[in-house]
Amino acid sequence: MLLRVTDLHKSFPGPDGPLPILRGIDLEMRAGETLALTGESGSGKSTLLHLVGGLDLPDSGTVALDGTDIGALDDAGRARLRRDQVGVVFQQFNLIPSLTVASNISFQARLGGTEDPVWTEALAHRMGLADQLAKYPEQLSGGQQQRVAIARTLAAKPRLILADEPTGNLDEATADRVLALMLELAAETDAGLLMVTHSQRLAARMGRELHLRAGRIA
Amino acid sequence: MNVRGLAFLLFLPVAAVAQGFAGLGTETEGFAVPQRPAFFDFPADHGAHPGYRIEWWYVTANLEGEYGTPYGLQWTLFRSALAPEPGTGWSAPQLWMGHAAVTTPDAHHVAERLARGGIGQAGATAAPFAAWIDDWQIAGPDFDTLTMTASGPDFAFDTTLTAQGPIVFHGDSGYSVKSAQGQASYYYSQPFYDIAGTLTLPEGEVAVTGEAWLDREWSSQPLSEDQTGWDWFSLSLGTGKLMGFRLRQIDGSVYTSATWIDPQGRTTAYPDGAFQAEPVMRTEVRGNTVPTGWRVQLAAKGVDVTVAALNPQAWMDTTVAYWEGPVTVSGSHDGHGYLEMTGYD
Amino acid sequence: MTRAGLQALLSHWRRNPLQLFTLVVGLSLATALWSGVQAVNAEARASYDAAAETLGEGRYAQITAPGGVIPQDRYIALRRAGWRVSPVLEGRLDGVRVVGFDPLTAPNGFGPVDLSDNALTLDVLLNGVLFGTAEALNRLGAPDVARVVSAQVAPSMVLTDVGTAQELLQADGQLSRLIVLPEQPIRQRALAEVAPDLTLRAPQTGGDVAQLTDSFHLNLTAFGLLSFAVGIFIVHGAIGLAFEQRRPVIRTLRALGFPLRRLIALIAAELLVISLLAGTIGVGLGYVVAAALLPDVAATLDGLYGASISGTLQLRPDWWLSGLAIAVGGTALAATSSLWQLAQMPLLASARPRAWAMQSGARRLWQAGAAAGLLGLAVALSLVGGSLLLGFAMLAALLIGAALALPVILDRVLAFGAARARSVMAEWFWADTRQQLPGLSLALMALLLAMAANVGVSTMVSSFRLTFTGFLDQRLASELYVYADDAEQAAALAAYLAPRVDQVLPIQSVDQQVAGLPAEIHGPAAHETYRAHWLFLQEAPDAWPRIEAGQGAAINEQLARRGGLSIGDEITVADRRLPVLGIYGDYGNPIGQVLVTATLFAELFPAVRAERFGLRMEAGDVSALAEDLRDDFGLAEDNMIDQAQLKAFSLEVFDRTFTVTAALNVLTLAVAGFAILMSLLTLATMRLPQLAPVWAQGLTRARLGRIEILRAVLLALLTAVLALPLGLALAWTLLAVVNVEAFGWRLPMFLFPLDYARLTVFAVLAAVLAALWPARKLSRTRPSELLKVFSNER
Repeated sequence: MLLRVTDLHKSFPGPDGPLPILRGIDLEMRAGETLALTGESGSGKSTLLHLVGGLDLPDSGTVALDGTDIGALDDAGRARLRRDQVGVVFQQFNLIPSLTVASNISFQARLGGTEDPVWTEALAHRMGLADQLAKYPEQLSGGQQQRVAIARTLAAKPRLILADEPTGNLDEATADRVLALMLELAAETDAGLLMVTHSQRLAARMGRELHLRAGRIA
Repeated sequence: MNVRGLAFLLFLPVAAVAQGFAGLGTETEGFAVPQRPAFFDFPADHGAHPGYRIEWWYVTANLEGEYGTPYGLQWTLFRSALAPEPGTGWSAPQLWMGHAAVTTPDAHHVAERLARGGIGQAGATAAPFAAWIDDWQIAGPDFDTLTMTASGPDFAFDTTLTAQGPIVFHGDSGYSVKSAQGQASYYYSQPFYDIAGTLTLPEGEVAVTGEAWLDREWSSQPLSEDQTGWDWFSLSLGTGKLMGFRLRQIDGSVYTSATWIDPQGRTTAYPDGAFQAEPVMRTEVRGNTVPTGWRVQLAAKGVDVTVAALNPQAWMDTTVAYWEGPVTVSGSHDGHGYLEMTGYD
Repeated sequence: MTRAGLQALLSHWRRNPLQLFTLVVGLSLATALWSGVQAVNAEARASYDAAAETLGEGRYAQITAPGGVIPQDRYIALRRAGWRVSPVLEGRLDGVRVVGFDPLTAPNGFGPVDLSDNALTLDVLLNGVLFGTAEALNRLGAPDVARVVSAQVAPSMVLTDVGTAQELLQADGQLSRLIVLPEQPIRQRALAEVAPDLTLRAPQTGGDVAQLTDSFHLNLTAFGLLSFAVGIFIVHGAIGLAFEQRRPVIRTLRALGFPLRRLIALIAAELLVISLLAGTIGVGLGYVVAAALLPDVAATLDGLYGASISGTLQLRPDWWLSGLAIAVGGTALAATSSLWQLAQMPLLASARPRAWAMQSGARRLWQAGAAAGLLGLAVALSLVGGSLLLGFAMLAALLIGAALALPVILDRVLAFGAARARSVMAEWFWADTRQQLPGLSLALMALLLAMAANVGVSTMVSSFRLTFTGFLDQRLASELYVYADDAEQAAALAAYLAPRVDQVLPIQSVDQQVAGLPAEIHGPAAHETYRAHWLFLQEAPDAWPRIEAGQGAAINEQLARRGGLSIGDEITVADRRLPVLGIYGDYGNPIGQVLVTATLFAELFPAVRAERFGLRMEAGDVSALAEDLRDDFGLAEDNMIDQAQLKAFSLEVFDRTFTVTAALNVLTLAVAGFAILMSLLTLATMRLPQLAPVWAQGLTRARLGRIEILRAVLLALLTAVLALPLGLALAWTLLAVVNVEAFGWRLPMFLFPLDYARLTVFAVLAAVLAALWPARKLSRTRPSELLKVFSNER
């Protein structure tokens, strides 16, 4: 099993005490599986994604990636996990502004020591970024930036790709193209894809859909 | 008040009283006091009398230049004792002050010197006669033939004085009463000097000749508490010379005294009231209103003259300021003289 | 409406207290350093003025005697020859300088002492009264003289009547010197005629003491200015950021119809209030700084130049007013560009906080051009030279040019580093550091200036010390120095010593005018000692043999520069024309000096007999001989000076100077460190979007924090490396241009690599300390904070 989430609870401090966001989530994903996470704003989609990616820690419950309990890892261990096993694509500010597009794409792969230059170059090409490699992120359009972020994630060949509304800032046509690419490339690398979206249209293109309501799976 | 102000207070006890300075009041505190009848011992009395609190050598002269330009000249040496003993060295309780001035119709040059007694910087000796402070000096083998010099930043003079008549005594044979309460001083004059010499002025040297008048006076307590200043005249009137002064009181009244000196040097002293002097013209001098024109009368001698300042701006801008300058006389008599006025600042 | 606008504007500070803090503290620190240094200077100057007023030092011409004693009858003779002079007797008693005046003839009466009490004045003249600080009066053991405590009298000095002084010092009929009053009679006899043995010394601009101490004050003032400049960088940064962040508010206000003019007036008023507040705090802090430094400064100057400064500090109105003025002026200076931008801002301009931290290529180009121009100007000025003003202009051009060049140079260096990076982390590190540069450049400029100032001043002080030590070795070559009380004792002493030591070197000197300037003529006996130890700055061929043959003289640098003399020129000494064969360094001496051989000296001044002797002997025998001289010969202990003690004393004096310099070094670096800290804290919030992706891709927050510190170290190190040549250029300007113009002598420049290394370590340490807190903050940022960067809610 690629991912196993058991009875996950998470709350954030609110004005009137802790505000529960996740109230007992159970979830499993196999390698190569694609899963859409939908729900209203504040239903806990993004929080679940962050906990799965080792970006934050749950109050209780476990997240196991390839059998490893993320909660048992220290800060460095989780950082290694993010670097080597997970790829994250956010809605915005995915890129390192001081580095060129080329460096951004290869950053995570080089960080983990798993860079495959041929694969990276192929990715850039297929993402339509071949002409943009020497540019800096702020010189690109929003759609181009998201494509760089996806390319960056795929270049590191993670076991699990986490995407938090990766196309939220893009127009429909661009969003469709970007998602298609993402699905295609995830399938090629046999990576699992967990995507948060509020769009039913996009969710329908994923293998499975989970709907979150008030911190629980509906 | 700085140390020089104090020095002047010592020379003008009346001002000291007005400033309420204790210790220099009207008490004499061991100092000798003039006695009547007055006896003089010459030449010794030409020198200093350290047992008395205050003393001066005072020369004024009316001069004329080559083209008839009138000039006035003043040379004064004051001695003031802090204690009635001569002393030597720096701690000698004698202070000396010199004033010198040259007055022209449109300028008035003044200089001042201060010195401690006891170190030789200033002093007075009787025979041979010398009175000096720094490079200023009156000196001669005797009192009839003197040289007189002084210098300031913008003037100097070198003159010779030759007596043409005898020494004269004021008041009661030299005992000069200075108030109704009886304060008095020893007071004699040599009003008969011919003077000749050179004035060094910013515009150059001027040879001058004329008449000079020397006053000698010493006392320990010359003025009384209620007196605010004096107006002093020495006039040369052809038929004789007149010395008259007017002491002003706080209540506005005045005390006057005068001596008439005939050409042979015989004197007539006049009591309070005989001599009269009334201001007829006033001039603004350095912010002070000073009477620079006077009507002077001595009925007994038929004197009724107008006295006018040659240069009304003859202000002595010294540590404590006063007015002193040459005057011209017209009316019943024609002549010239000197006028000194204190207490107008 | 104004009120609503004000509220909207002020709400910014409520939301950004750190920025307000930066602004106020930066300005306060700058004002504090400036006014602290000013206070030390002003206080010292006021003390000199008191001394100068009492002593007639410098402002008046003086008449002196070769042997230092003027018989009183000479004074009377001069007065009677028409010279308006006033007597002064000076001497030491129980370690106190006793100075006697004649209040009747002195140009300022009793100087600082108020003699408005007539009874007191009488007492002064008749019985004697001593005026001085309580401490000085207590040290005087003399009995039977009334004492009046006066804070106006310079410390370790007692004022009294000249007669009283003669009694106290047992110098009956003796005077030390005569003050010549500015106003003299229209005629007087010539001095040579009245007192041919006395010398008239023209008034010196600033006076002996002031001339020397001015050198020290000049350094302090330069330091104060630099510190203030460092502070202004902080203020400029804080104000610029505040303007950028308030753009939305300003835009909204203007969109609502708030007039631009009133908006600018409001902001200006707000800045005025802030600067007044900060100025007040700064002046208060400056008082503390000055109070902390003053005892040392006083000790330094007292020891170094013999000038006494009272160790207490008074709050002078002109001082705190100038402190406030400079705070307000500095704020105005720092805010000008921001206010101008505001006036030019289009109505709908948006906030660009990141643009504030970034910099356009065009601007960088402009900056590089300006820097090159200023540095070129500095070089041109160094070639032209010629006046103190040009020297300072050169300093200014150098410093501003270097500050402007710093970001440009750093950018190039970092780009070079990035190009050479192999690993992905290194690549990111260089690139990211380069990106931080615009936001940090003001703080780094502050560090550059602070560091350069420290290098410069340390170099100057250390060079001075080294030169002076060498100079002491030259001048104090003899093992023991002895002084006779009079000519008779001198002869006996010479005879006594001759068989007991290797060599007796008579030391004799005379004060005389040379080339129209006051000078001392020295006539040491020809001996290998002098040849070996007196090193010339410039010399004619065979200088020593010719000087020893009596064919010429050596002069000190002061005389050479002031008199426009060079090798081969002739000077007149006692009516003898002598060519200048050598010029030697004579550090710290205010007046000129001429060196001839003893033989020639005896010929020129037959009346002068040496009463001082230098003794060459085995160093180990010194104490035995000193004992013999005291017990056997009967020479007073005061009349012997052990060379080692003298040197130790001189060096101790220098070490006190170092204490002050070091204290100011640390303070300046602290201010620069504060600038870095505040810049980093300000940048911290803006940096999250730059750091969050790196974190998300697998770096721990702790590692990010460490990298932040490493970045600060790198930038500080680079800045320090650049500050080194700048500091050396600064030192060179101070030593070879400013000092020469100001004081007439040039100091050789030495390098002190260890000092620079230490300073670099301090600078890096300051940067690390400054980076520590932001780095720690970063390493503790909650993941949810970092994650907010990526989410829509941000």
